[in-house]
Parts: sequence; C-alpha cells; structure tokens
Amino acid sequence: MALLLLVVALPAHAGEAASTAADVALEKRVMAISEELRCLVCQNQTIADSHAPLAIDLRNEVREKLAAGMGERDILDFMVARYGDFVLYRPPVKITTLLLWFGPPLLLLAGLWLFARTVLRRRASAPAPLSAVEQARARALLDSENGDRP
Amino acid sequence: MTVENATAESGKSKWRFLLPLAAFLALAVLLGVGLGLNPREVPSPLVGKPAPHFELPQLHRADARFSQTDMRGKVWMLNVWASWCASCRDEHPVLVQLAKSGVMPIIGLNYKDKREDGIAWLARFGDPYALSAFDEKGKVGIDYGVYGVPETYVIDKAGVIRYKRIGIVTPQIVSQTILPLVSELNREK
Repeated sequence: MALLLLVVALPAHAGEAASTAADVALEKRVMAISEELRCLVCQNQTIADSHAPLAIDLRNEVREKLAAGMGERDILDFMVARYGDFVLYRPPVKITTLLLWFGPPLLLLAGLWLFARTVLRRRASAPAPLSAVEQARARALLDSENGDRP
Repeated sequence: MTVENATAESGKSKWRFLLPLAAFLALAVLLGVGLGLNPREVPSPLVGKPAPHFELPQLHRADARFSQTDMRGKVWMLNVWASWCASCRDEHPVLVQLAKSGVMPIIGLNYKDKREDGIAWLARFGDPYALSAFDEKGKVGIDYGVYGVPETYVIDKAGVIRYKRIGIVTPQIVSQTILPLVSELNREK
C-alpha cells in the first residue's frame, strides 16, 4: 500500500513543488494536455516527460491557463500559434501531412498487392506434373542418392 | 512452359533486375536529404504575424520599461540572449559588428537570466543592444515561441515579424539574408 501511494505521488512531484497536492484533478488535466505537446528542446519527448526548463515552463503555462478556465482545445491552439504544428504530437491532417498520415497504410497495401500478385503468378505458371517416365527416373535418382547419405 | 515463352518473358522484363537497385537509390536519396535537414529548424508560425505584445523592465534600468510598440515605424532586430547560453557567446561578435554598422537598432531580450549576470556578461563581451528587455520568467519568450537561445527576429515598421532565426546568426546570414531584407523593409512605407 505504501508503495502504491509512492507511485501515485511520484508524477506530481516530478515537475514542480509549488502545486503538488493542491489539486489532483487539475494536475491530471495538465498532464493529459502535456502528453499532447512536444518538448521542442528534446524533440522526441512530450513536455509531460521532459525535465527541460522550457518543458517545465510550458507545463506551468498549461496549468495557469487551465486554472483560468481555458479549455484543452484553446490551450493547444495557443501553443500552435507560438510553436507551430510541430509542437503537437498528433499533427493535424492537412495537405502537407497527407503523406505522413496515409503513407504507411498505402505502403502496406502496395506490399500486400505485390505479394498477392507474385503468389498468384507463381501458382499460374506452376510446372506441369511429371510424366510417368520422368517419375520413374526421379525415383531411381532418389533411391541411388539414399545409399550415399551418411 | 515452352522455351519460346520463357525467352519472350525474360525479354519483356530484361531490366527487371534493376528494380531493387532503383528502389535502393531512391531510398538512399530520400534518407540522404533527410540527414541534411535540421530538425531544430522548425518553421515558425510567427513570421508574417504581428510581433506579440509585451512590456518588460529593462535590464540596465529596472525602473524603465520597454514594449515592442516603442519601435513602431522602425525596422529593428530582436535578439534573445542569456548569459548562460554558450552559443550566444559565439554569436555575439556578429551582433556587435552589425550594431556598429548602424543598419538597424538591435533590442536584446535577456531570457531567463539573473539581472547581475546579464549586465556582467554585456560588460565583458560588449553591448550591441540599444537596450535589453529583462524577461526573467521567460513568459515573453513563450509568446515569441522561443525554445533555443539565441533566437533572432527582424520586425518591420508596422510591427510585423518578417524573419526568424533559431540558433546563431552567422556573418553569412547577415550578408545574404538579413541585410537585403532590411534594405527591402526600409523601402516599405
């Protein structure tokens, strides 16, 4: 139980001391929004994960804005207006991001199509079954091989 | 499959074996270009927009204030710097040079610094700034989308950001990008 409490308390302690126990619900919302925002200093982390000073500042900014009654959408818009779409971990779907969003499924489809085509073609051009003479020869060859095997 | 059939097929796809090589080359070019890109150069949504409003105490005179509206009607440069920022030291001589040429006023934004550290830093390395605004908490930095110091903005007479540079301003950037831009902006009404 004590361990569980510790685990629950950790995320709140990780960032800043000022606003810990004050409002757990608020902190949850701060973290939820922070998960959506890229830390531009350490670009492969969200500002929820990062301990960079800017990430801490931005988390505080999110907290202040939530406390002031701003909604999640408004806060994300606020960040995009300053740092661009890049700040969003889930970039919006627009012309410039179509390839980003739909490229991987397209590649998968292309791969499946190529695979299916190859398999079908191979099946269509499968060699004709052996004639009786050929079968007899094959058997003879196999039998003679057998004796040599260690 | 007959013999003629097989030759016809191999004739048709004579160059087929080159396909993987072509695919490899295409991928290599794509990745090569990707390697050359700098992920830190994030396109700023602020270029073309009015410079965000701020009002801050000045670095050297805590009682005096500075606002971006004070620069209306002038083409000017806003340079974000800090005494703790190592690249700012590399950039500094370029700014000192630019300030000497008198092309445009340079305003400093002393970002998340200690006042005495900032003042001491300028005393040591020279002060290219007409003045520095003191953004102790980095709030103005957030409004300007600052995430790596130094950052530099060129703002036109109407107060619109026309250029942003993340990272140090080099002599090449000054001569090839900033100076032509400034003379163009000076011709604007």
